[in-house]
Amino acid sequence: MATKRDTQLSPLAIVTYGAVALWLIIAAFPFLWTFWGSFKVQADFFSKADWTNALYGVNTVRETGGAFTGQGYEGAWVKEEFWKNAINSTVVVFFTVTISLTFGTLGGYALARSGFRYAFWILFAALVFRAMPHITLVSGYLLPFFEWNIWGIKPTTIIVLVAINQPFTLWMLHSFFLNIPKDMDESAMVDGCTRFQAFRYVIIPVMWPGVITTGLFSFLLAYNDFAVTAMLLSEENETIIPAINSFLGSDQVEGSIMFAVAAVVSVTAPLLVLVLFFQRQIVSGLTAGAVKG
Amino acid sequence: MKHRTFFWFILPTLSAMILFIALPIVSVFIQSLFIQHEQVIVESESCGPFGCTPTSSVDTEATAKLREEQPLGRFNGFNTYANRSHLAFAEVGEAWHTTDSLGGFIDAVMDLPFYKALIFTLSYTFVVTPLVIVLGLAIAVGVNKLPKLIKGPSIFVSLLPFLVTPLVGSLILFWMVDGDGIIGATLQLIFDDPSLSIKASTPLMWIMLMVYGVWHTLPFSFITFYAGLQTVPQDILEAARIDGASKWQSMMLVVVPHLMPLVSFVTLMLLMDNFRVFEPIVSFNAQAHATSLSWFIYNDLRESGNPLYASAGATSMLTILGVVILLTPVLIRTWRDFNRKSH
Repeated sequence: MATKRDTQLSPLAIVTYGAVALWLIIAAFPFLWTFWGSFKVQADFFSKADWTNALYGVNTVRETGGAFTGQGYEGAWVKEEFWKNAINSTVVVFFTVTISLTFGTLGGYALARSGFRYAFWILFAALVFRAMPHITLVSGYLLPFFEWNIWGIKPTTIIVLVAINQPFTLWMLHSFFLNIPKDMDESAMVDGCTRFQAFRYVIIPVMWPGVITTGLFSFLLAYNDFAVTAMLLSEENETIIPAINSFLGSDQVEGSIMFAVAAVVSVTAPLLVLVLFFQRQIVSGLTAGAVKG
Repeated sequence: MKHRTFFWFILPTLSAMILFIALPIVSVFIQSLFIQHEQVIVESESCGPFGCTPTSSVDTEATAKLREEQPLGRFNGFNTYANRSHLAFAEVGEAWHTTDSLGGFIDAVMDLPFYKALIFTLSYTFVVTPLVIVLGLAIAVGVNKLPKLIKGPSIFVSLLPFLVTPLVGSLILFWMVDGDGIIGATLQLIFDDPSLSIKASTPLMWIMLMVYGVWHTLPFSFITFYAGLQTVPQDILEAARIDGASKWQSMMLVVVPHLMPLVSFVTLMLLMDNFRVFEPIVSFNAQAHATSLSWFIYNDLRESGNPLYASAGATSMLTILGVVILLTPVLIRTWRDFNRKSH
């Protein structure tokens, strides 16, 4: 309830608003700046002499004739064949999300409905696994994967990402299924359904909000991953994030850093769309674990 | 739920976790106990006009064959853990005896790669985590007071730094603070020092990495606290106000205690995520000034053509040990909560 005292502009309120405004600028400015700069040439984006060059594109006009140039995007997507990496990423992300949601839904449902002690131990182990730095696991994969000759291919990476994703997915879907009343599936079982039928016909139709929220985070994990994909994929199967890192390794050529800038903007754009459409789910997902304390 | 049904439901997820999380930890441990084979040396005598001299040469074929047959290498026990690149007992002991001041000792220890990585990882974790919690709470309170119309857009903007890929987010910041980038060049102008560059200075690099850490994780604590603020009981706030509490007092004595469970949840998540700090070091090209445990492992595995599995394994085990130590308080609390509920 906003009372008069709340709406008055006290000095404290001004400081608060100022701090929020400052944070919003700090949060948004780097993205705007990089997006704007990605249409300039390197001499403008990194212009030591005068930062306004990056705004007006003085060197861009001199070099290309227009204030905006698609050189960076052309270089990244056409010359460096970034589209191949984009396809690889699409495949890896799609299968990772689908498989981890399938596994996670089954497991999370079982954990939420089982009162036995081992259910707790599985959640407990998942919490510890969630904390493992991914790169420590990667160092355990390499040698066996080389031995079995499954290093470098997409299916290996997909299943590894699914596994790394499981602890988080399990926790989230477990707490989500706890909120679905037990009576629903139990009354179905009284009516003669098996446990699996109850799950199929009663739980699946109502579980989509939780699954979508969890799916968003699985997507982010697979899409953003660097440690696993950089170490486990061969060059032709490389996904977008390690590909950006390899752009930087070869930034000797003038202008090729602009390829990386363009690629960075291209990678961020889908995330922006994602937040635009799923802001509510992301916020509820971030706090899902917190509600349970 | 019957044991048998439970088993079939949990089977896919459990087997994925056992195969790709639990077993790799075992595999890492085994790797850390072995070390690469030495090269096979062939002794032969080469006889010339002035008598025979024994020579030794590397039998590359036999070496390759041996490495092929036993890819793990030869058993080395815990020696990898104790060597110079890891716990370096000998070097630390020597530094303790030869340096006469604490500062000198710390400098000597910072030269050892494992300690360098460990000290940075811990400093990063314990600087970024509290900062993010305090600032996140402040911004959540601020946004909560905003008019409804701009709440949504400001949450949208706030989410961006958190959801952006860490490698990409740190690159975006790095390009801006680069000597030629907008912030870097402006700072050079303000301090009138054209050589000012984060690439050349260890303290600046540390600060910049931590600034990135705050920028990247602040949205998470902000969103969580913001959601928590919606659940603060209004009548208690009202009562505090009637009793004459100032805004600051009702904030510290009513709102903050109400949010305490959230604070411990956020702390847990932040500790886990900050302890694995890795991507910004790659993006910032910071290895000369700051390395983290994760980066140290990555670097060993990257060693061109000849990955140092033993070294990476040993560092991984030590890192996992660090994670477990860090999480012990939380794990004990979870365990107690569960026991309380079940009795």
